[in-house]
Amino acid sequence: MSLVSYEFLAFFAVAAVLYYIVPKRFQWILLLAVSFLFYAGGGVVYLLYPLITAVSTWFLALRIGKADSAAQAYIQEQKPDKEQKKAYQARIRKRKMRLMMAGILLNFGILAVLKYTNFLLGNLSVLFSPEDGAVRQISWVLPLGISYYTFQTMGYLIDVFRGRYKPERNLFRFMLFVTYFPQMISGPISCFDQLRKELFEEHSFDGTKITFGLWRILWGFFKKLVIADRLASAVAMITVSPDTYDGIYVLIGMLGYTLQLYADFSGCMDIVIGVSQCFGIRLPENFQRPFGAKNLSEFWRRWHMTLTGWFREYIFFPVSTSRFCKTVSRLAGKLGMKKGSKKLPVYIANLLVWLVTGIWHGASWNFILWGLANGIVMMVSQEFTGLYRSFHRRFPKTDGKAYGVFEKVRTGLLFAVLLMFQYYPFGTVFVMLGNLFMTGRPSQLFDGRLAGLGLTAADFIVLAVGLILVLLIGILQETGSVRLKLAEKPLVVRYTAIFLLFVMVLVAGCYGHGYDASQFIYNQF
Amino acid sequence: MDELLEILNDINPDVDYETNEHLVDDEILTSFELVMLVTQIRDVFDVSVPSEAIVPENFNSAQAIMRLIGRLQEDE
Repeated sequence: MSLVSYEFLAFFAVAAVLYYIVPKRFQWILLLAVSFLFYAGGGVVYLLYPLITAVSTWFLALRIGKADSAAQAYIQEQKPDKEQKKAYQARIRKRKMRLMMAGILLNFGILAVLKYTNFLLGNLSVLFSPEDGAVRQISWVLPLGISYYTFQTMGYLIDVFRGRYKPERNLFRFMLFVTYFPQMISGPISCFDQLRKELFEEHSFDGTKITFGLWRILWGFFKKLVIADRLASAVAMITVSPDTYDGIYVLIGMLGYTLQLYADFSGCMDIVIGVSQCFGIRLPENFQRPFGAKNLSEFWRRWHMTLTGWFREYIFFPVSTSRFCKTVSRLAGKLGMKKGSKKLPVYIANLLVWLVTGIWHGASWNFILWGLANGIVMMVSQEFTGLYRSFHRRFPKTDGKAYGVFEKVRTGLLFAVLLMFQYYPFGTVFVMLGNLFMTGRPSQLFDGRLAGLGLTAADFIVLAVGLILVLLIGILQETGSVRLKLAEKPLVVRYTAIFLLFVMVLVAGCYGHGYDASQFIYNQF
Repeated sequence: MDELLEILNDINPDVDYETNEHLVDDEILTSFELVMLVTQIRDVFDVSVPSEAIVPENFNSAQAIMRLIGRLQEDE
């Protein structure tokens, strides 16, 4: 069931009404039932995978918690000396590690088999029988949102292993954490510690929260239906036909895809967070005006924040402080690479994170190379940090507003250029970039190819208005919540603005006509 | 403390580490720089900072970092 469908709106409306009718202590049970229904909508078999993940993780986390409790009891009762305590704790840690690894291997194993077997088979087939050409594919039932709920659940298991919080004892409450329907398909990836307070608290009917939630849903519909889906077919035409759409169209494809991706994914998040807000549940934000970032690292701290946070917490820090990285760093130090020895752990962990980020986004070499390209750009940027800082010290005027705008535009363009690795084959990226610089001319906009993209003059006007509106809302957000500001306006102003937005979604939204409004780009991950 | 300040100044000399208490919250120290700091703490103070200890509370100020180093030295 797509988030931008009438079925979903009806489903959500019924769920919300029931949510505030049932006794408050049963609200979370209702959410669990509704989440199961939502997920099983595509076939009951789909529910099996998240349930396997939920039950196995719940059980293993409880065992880890038990080991912790036993260790505490032993230390309190037996009062061992420092050495004995250390040895005992090491033994317990080993046992906990085995339990955690069992959960990680099982659940990431399921994800890997379902999502990457065909990619692996394809590569093996090319490697061992290149003349054959035929690649045998296995048709798996790929559950929706498997990458999201697996990462969220494994974050919980690692947190329990680290002793960050105690494991959840109630299996059904834990199942709701894994399957909570608004966020299950596209995130945000939540931390158990924060989400449990929201999910299991009793929520009274709050008109303001519901109004704010509905406004946010409407804003999400606007981004998705008016901007992202309007751009979709034109962007697809440009990006799949580099031979036809070269020159200036390389730039248009690049910018179009970037804007489409942003409007699509951030719009999806607006709907998810807005729906949750109607239940009184606050989910973490996934976007914080990424196009206001001054460098690529900052961009990624503002784009898909819960995923990058997950990678930082559970891969980047553990790998960079691992025994392997320590050994490599020491070895580099002994070889006289003093500066390199400090940076090697960072760079090893960074490349691994971006390799995994690429793989997470899709089972193809395009995504892997896109991930690695991001990692390499960040490493190069880190190498130049000292130079940037001395440049700004020497020329303090470069810290002004104009330079700030330049930095933001440069970062946005860099992100867009790197996205080319997602839709062009590796070599084609460089060919098309060269082609853009060598042959790109504004006059090509009038050679007939633009008209062939299927966008009318009205479409361009709607897109321009829509993008300006997104930009203005982004600027307003810098000084606080736009909805709070709107709520402070007189009733007439407030509801005229909302009515106009609603009319724009109704009139200018793309419903069908060759567009696939049923699928968000990030759902496929 | 002087050794720590030397490490921090080596990583980013444009910060007043004696007064700043939001090094991580205000993104003055990036995750790259945090790891470089952890690597140098290991070399200079001979303590290993576990990944779960890399949280803002432990790295928001030079004083907080010194307290973390002290705790880790006691544990080891």
